[in-house]
Amino acid sequence: MDIERLRYMADQIARNFAALGEEQAIAATADHLVKFWDPRMREQIKADDPAALSPVVAAAVARL
Amino acid sequence: MGYERQADFGTPEVQSGTSVTLTIDGREITVPAGTSVMRAASQSGGSIPKLCATDSLQGFGSCRLCLVEIEGRKGTPSSCTTLAEDGMVVHTQTERLAKLRRGVMELYISDHPLDCLTCSANNDCELQDMAAAVGLRDVRYGYEGENHLGTKPDLSNPYFLFAPDKCIVCSRCVRACDEVQGTLALTVDGRGFASKISAGQPSDNFLSSECVSCGACVQACPTSALMEKSVKQMGKPERSVVTTCAYCGVGCAFRAELKGEQLVRMVPWKDGKANHGHSCVKGRFAWGYANHQDRITTPMIRQSVTEPWREVSWEEALAFTAGRLNAIREKHGPRALGGITSSRCTNEETFLVQKLVRAGFGSNNIDNCARVCHSPTGYGLKTTFGTSAGTQNFDSVDQADVIMVIGANPPDAHPVFASRIKQRVRQGAKLIVVDPRRTDLVHSPHVEAAHHLALRPGTNVAVLTALAHVTVTEGLAHEDFIRERCDWDEYQDWVRFVSEERHSPEFLEPVTGVPASEIRAAARLYATGGNGAIYYGLGVTEHSQGSSAVMAIANLAMATGNIGRPGVGVNPLRGQNNVQGACDMGAFPHELPGYRHISDVSVRSAFEQDWGVTLDSEPGLRINNMIDAALDGSFLGVYIQGEDILQSDPNTKHVAEGLAAMECVIVHDLFLNETANYAHVFLPGSTFLEKNGTFTNAERRIQPVRKVMEPANGLEDWEVTQALARAMGIDWNYTHASQILDEIARLTPTFKGVSFARLEQEGSLQWPVNDAFPDGSPVMHVDGFVRGKGKFVVTDYVPTDEKTGPRYPLLLTTGRILTQYNVGAQTRRTAQTVWHPEDLLEIHPTDAENRGVCDGDWVRLASRTGETTLRARVTDRVAPGVVYTTFHHPETQANVVTTEYSDWATNCPEYKVTAVQVTPSNGPSDWQEDYAELSAQSRRIADAEPAE
Repeated sequence: MDIERLRYMADQIARNFAALGEEQAIAATADHLVKFWDPRMREQIKADDPAALSPVVAAAVARL
Repeated sequence: MGYERQADFGTPEVQSGTSVTLTIDGREITVPAGTSVMRAASQSGGSIPKLCATDSLQGFGSCRLCLVEIEGRKGTPSSCTTLAEDGMVVHTQTERLAKLRRGVMELYISDHPLDCLTCSANNDCELQDMAAAVGLRDVRYGYEGENHLGTKPDLSNPYFLFAPDKCIVCSRCVRACDEVQGTLALTVDGRGFASKISAGQPSDNFLSSECVSCGACVQACPTSALMEKSVKQMGKPERSVVTTCAYCGVGCAFRAELKGEQLVRMVPWKDGKANHGHSCVKGRFAWGYANHQDRITTPMIRQSVTEPWREVSWEEALAFTAGRLNAIREKHGPRALGGITSSRCTNEETFLVQKLVRAGFGSNNIDNCARVCHSPTGYGLKTTFGTSAGTQNFDSVDQADVIMVIGANPPDAHPVFASRIKQRVRQGAKLIVVDPRRTDLVHSPHVEAAHHLALRPGTNVAVLTALAHVTVTEGLAHEDFIRERCDWDEYQDWVRFVSEERHSPEFLEPVTGVPASEIRAAARLYATGGNGAIYYGLGVTEHSQGSSAVMAIANLAMATGNIGRPGVGVNPLRGQNNVQGACDMGAFPHELPGYRHISDVSVRSAFEQDWGVTLDSEPGLRINNMIDAALDGSFLGVYIQGEDILQSDPNTKHVAEGLAAMECVIVHDLFLNETANYAHVFLPGSTFLEKNGTFTNAERRIQPVRKVMEPANGLEDWEVTQALARAMGIDWNYTHASQILDEIARLTPTFKGVSFARLEQEGSLQWPVNDAFPDGSPVMHVDGFVRGKGKFVVTDYVPTDEKTGPRYPLLLTTGRILTQYNVGAQTRRTAQTVWHPEDLLEIHPTDAENRGVCDGDWVRLASRTGETTLRARVTDRVAPGVVYTTFHHPETQANVVTTEYSDWATNCPEYKVTAVQVTPSNGPSDWQEDYAELSAQSRRIADAEPAE
């Protein structure tokens, strides 16, 4: 799937959790990806370059 | 059920804590205080002649036919306007009364055509009945005097006619337009003998007037003065079946009235608990699509979408389909297959499609069209309250003191409930409207919103947080309720958040465009005005922060204690008839029926045990993910039941590319819809009139859908799904839809007590129906939230990434209008096109003038995604900088313009915010021309080979 689209979606999730503070935002983003993303989407973003992801998303993806 | 008129008690039922006992014609009867003598007499089994009275309207006392004698009182009062009292002794049949009534009837009949035998109301006419009831044998005045005979009928409305010569000026139609519908389009023009019913201004006819064709006047008319044209053409019905409307989420109950297999008319059922005998133009009249010539009733297949369709037998179609699906699964695995079901289908059909995908295909790639409308409601209300549903029944609005309508336009999208709101506001409730457009609720006859927060599209969360800011900082929160019912620590976090200065109305005014004083006043009113009820629609959900907005609404309701009793609550107005049900049935990629996550081992194993399969424990693809995955080659086959994703989903070009990339697209529908242009298999579907099942409306009310006539294609939709499953080698053997509901009840705790038999007995049930709530739940969260403690969620305002700029300076929002329904597949194939033959672009006069656009001009509507052309309607209903259109017509394809921006939590598309430019145009866009050609090519059906 289009990796740019996946990056955008993950970043959008993280931005909406940002008000919780960084640690909680990372946990909530990771939890959201596990609960709502199809495995192929998760695998693809896990294989992505972390530098291409926002810091919260990169940290969340690292927990998957 | 044979054909007989619905019972009519003359005046409305009264709710009262006290009762009175009186004697009528020697029979003692006890009724609630406030009940009319007429109704009491009806309830005691008697019958008082009447013409101007009907139990949907307040007593009027005009026809003078319902006169009675009351011991100890002078005169002969009208029983419809006289209230029953303790000890009252009433006589309804005396010589004096008989003489008076005959005299009244003589006068009526002296100015009425004596054409009963050829009248369309023959044997179904209250005037005829009353003439018989009073024993009228002679008209002393003759018929030669001045009269209204020969007056020209008004045939302008496509569905009903008005024949003034048949009118007795009883005012039932005028009062129905007032008391039932609330439009006040009708009046009695003139006085005395010159009195006549008039729609709108004297120069108007019914079609050109403000009449919304709800049919309330037609239903109220005691003669054939207002009559359905279908009855005039076909004659009086001979049987009736009660069923549930398949249009919006109000879920009106109707009596389908038929002659044999021929539907004559749909009449709202008085005992329907969602609509109480009212209807809108679509449910009442727009059913002609069921027999439209475009309907496909034979299965069709083709090897590739460039070929014409080939009509085949069910066996060949199913074998072809199963072969393709099985081949894809074998080669690419189960996750390459999926299904999309529809909120228009029954619970049983939706349940079965998700079961086919999960247990048959072997994936969780199942979604439904709630994805593009109310998926944020599911996420938001489950997170905050613990269950994905509205909290109230519709009747609750009668006890609301403050009604806040956010991002919804009920007069257009939920007309029957809009009438309830209007009536309540006219009784004194205050109304707050949060909407970029000046909808009819903001200002209409005898209805005026106390506050209209005309926010800039995309700023819902900012406005809702500002309302919360005022509530908290001005000490208006209901702390006792919060301490008892909600998580206090989370509330404290939320208080700190919303109290920040950056959430104040003053700080946010430049962002939202709403004057701070208006937000403060609205917040105070909602928090302190008594019972506060929130109703919201797709103007809340179809945003990049749709889920956040839903949670912000829930926060506000909890903070003010407006949850858990009649008159309050948080109520999503569902767009389609079974949005609630389709979501309840697990037609989501992450949830099994009853909103239970697929990863929950105990829940999943219950299904595995019942179905005898192992289920995928991972969430599947959403609709938009399916399209994306199709383009990368990992999703190749989809079964689409009752949904037209090409027309309804955003970024049409992208959807088309995704569909074109698949190896097997199966469309199961009534018509060759736009999605079918890219399909390999077409399985003909059945209308709601042709099947058994249940729909669940916006108030969680499960209602029966009863088969009114045999399916034109030979199979109910659940039978088609079962046949496909069997063709794939899955041994299903349901013989009736009731068995599917039994399975739903067996596997879904909130449906535990629901069955066809129980629904037959109760009429309808509101889930949860289980051991804790054996008779259902009109109001939820009464003693506690489903999740335990109510959860306050911090909802920071994150502006959409769809930005206006020099190239695209305007904001487009899309929606629907009263006379059409969603992609228009049904309503475009009815006379509804009289009102709305094409999508129009509403544009403010200033924006129009700046662009040299006049009303009715063709304009080019362009976004970063695409462009289309349509005609402009210049109106100040929209604010400067905002344009609006509908998505009912494929020739316009409004979704060519909308973007793929979507709700962060659910991917519900951001239909309500697209940056656009509008310029004058003189012809269709390239896309429209190309699509028209493709559409024509794709709809070709090969000639059948001649029989040997």
